[in-house]
Amino acid sequence: MSDPDTPAGAREVLGADDISRALTRIAHEILEHNKGADGLVVLGIPTRGLPLAQRLAERLAAVEPGFDPATQLGTLDITMHRDDLHRAPVRPIGATHVPDDGIDDRTVVLVDDVLYSGRTIRAALDALSDVGRPRAVRLAVLVDRGHRELPIRADHVGKNLPTASSERVQVMLTETDGRDAVLISGGEA
Amino acid sequence: MEHLLSAGDLSRTDAVRILDTAAELAATQGREIKKLPTLRGRTVVNLFFEDSTRTRISFETAAKRLSADVINFAAKGSSVSKGESLKDTALTLQAMGADAVVIRHHASGAPHLLASSGWLQAAVVNAGDGTHQHPTQALLDAYTLRRHLVGPQPLGQDLAGLRVAIVGDVLHSRVARSNVDLLHTLGARVTLVAPPTLLPVGVETWPCEVSYHLDEVLAQGLDAVMMLRVQRERMSSAGGGFFPSPLEYSRRYGLDARRLAALPSHAVVLHPGPMNRGLEISATAADSSRSVIVEQVANGVAVRMAVLYLLLAGGRREDVS
Repeated sequence: MSDPDTPAGAREVLGADDISRALTRIAHEILEHNKGADGLVVLGIPTRGLPLAQRLAERLAAVEPGFDPATQLGTLDITMHRDDLHRAPVRPIGATHVPDDGIDDRTVVLVDDVLYSGRTIRAALDALSDVGRPRAVRLAVLVDRGHRELPIRADHVGKNLPTASSERVQVMLTETDGRDAVLISGGEA
Repeated sequence: MEHLLSAGDLSRTDAVRILDTAAELAATQGREIKKLPTLRGRTVVNLFFEDSTRTRISFETAAKRLSADVINFAAKGSSVSKGESLKDTALTLQAMGADAVVIRHHASGAPHLLASSGWLQAAVVNAGDGTHQHPTQALLDAYTLRRHLVGPQPLGQDLAGLRVAIVGDVLHSRVARSNVDLLHTLGARVTLVAPPTLLPVGVETWPCEVSYHLDEVLAQGLDAVMMLRVQRERMSSAGGGFFPSPLEYSRRYGLDARRLAALPSHAVVLHPGPMNRGLEISATAADSSRSVIVEQVANGVAVRMAVLYLLLAGGRREDVS
């Protein structure tokens, strides 16, 4: 169980295999709910939503050959719509890439790593309305750790992780952090 | 970054960060809905002691696209023409709650005075002061050069190795000063080309080369040539007698069809505007496919959005622990 790469005081709650299985299940759920890949657009939210959206798109294409990552996968930067810009030093702006055909009347699946306060998703919904008017917006997250501050919920969840707000949930992905894992640390120290 | 007063104050990292931010913001400007909510509730004052419609509407557009409130304060017909001092104007703006002041002033150093005096807490952006600096013009020129000449992935890149000639009235040009500073910081090699009468004293200490002969510089192979505006009134003896006649100036220093053809095929032509067609630039050159002069205007809005974003979006230092 204990991984030599896990920092002291941190506990691994999902390993690489767990993450992989969760993404495969989410891909199937999305296709089942959408009744195929028609009209689907998957948008990752930087930073770690991008590799997750990429992996999800690969699985969608594997299950449903009609899904084309070139026209149905993109990224949505939310920096300019955040409600906490004034509380932190200025943040760099990320890239937004929306498929050329746009998102009007499509079903958009937003992908992020951790759902916590819900404020990131609030900002994402605002950013999305600047880009177009989707038929429906759905939310897929790897981890839902609770403690919502806004009336927002996820449609597809990799793992529900009850946490204390003093705890820290860290998602690590091969593309950004060198390995796949979800760690939890802090709490009743 | 607290103020933007001079292109010479920017480090390479600062400058590349502004250009990268501008690139992401420019991408949002192709959308049907161009307005972003980022600076909602912030107030930007355009304080213009000199007329400059182009620069003012560029800043105004940039601030409005970021949802800031914009107040245009033109000196003409205002309290300033009744003799109000810069200090009292600044105190008035402070009392009105300005978060940023974009200042254009005929006196070199006025923006620095405004930023360092303690009269107001707003971020100060220099939109051109005397013959000193016009940093956002240099940033939009650098952004335009990077977009055309550094590829295929310009994000994070500087202008290392590019050869740029700046041609014309360097003596009176804050655009030339700002560009020499910024392009040098970004690694480009700059050559100033002008008649000896239109070069300032001490130009040999600037981080650039200087030539009196445009054709010789063109023959060295340039990546870009930037033409500066020449004012016709400068040729009369009353205006200083800097050059004998418009025709002589345009023969020796104007960008005409022959000189345009001497540029390498990838090279671009820039001009800060407004142009004197037939004087420093011929219509053929201004309207050619090498000319990026109209694009400079659009890039100006993106660059000014980036500057306002970086100055105003984050928390003030005392609020951020």
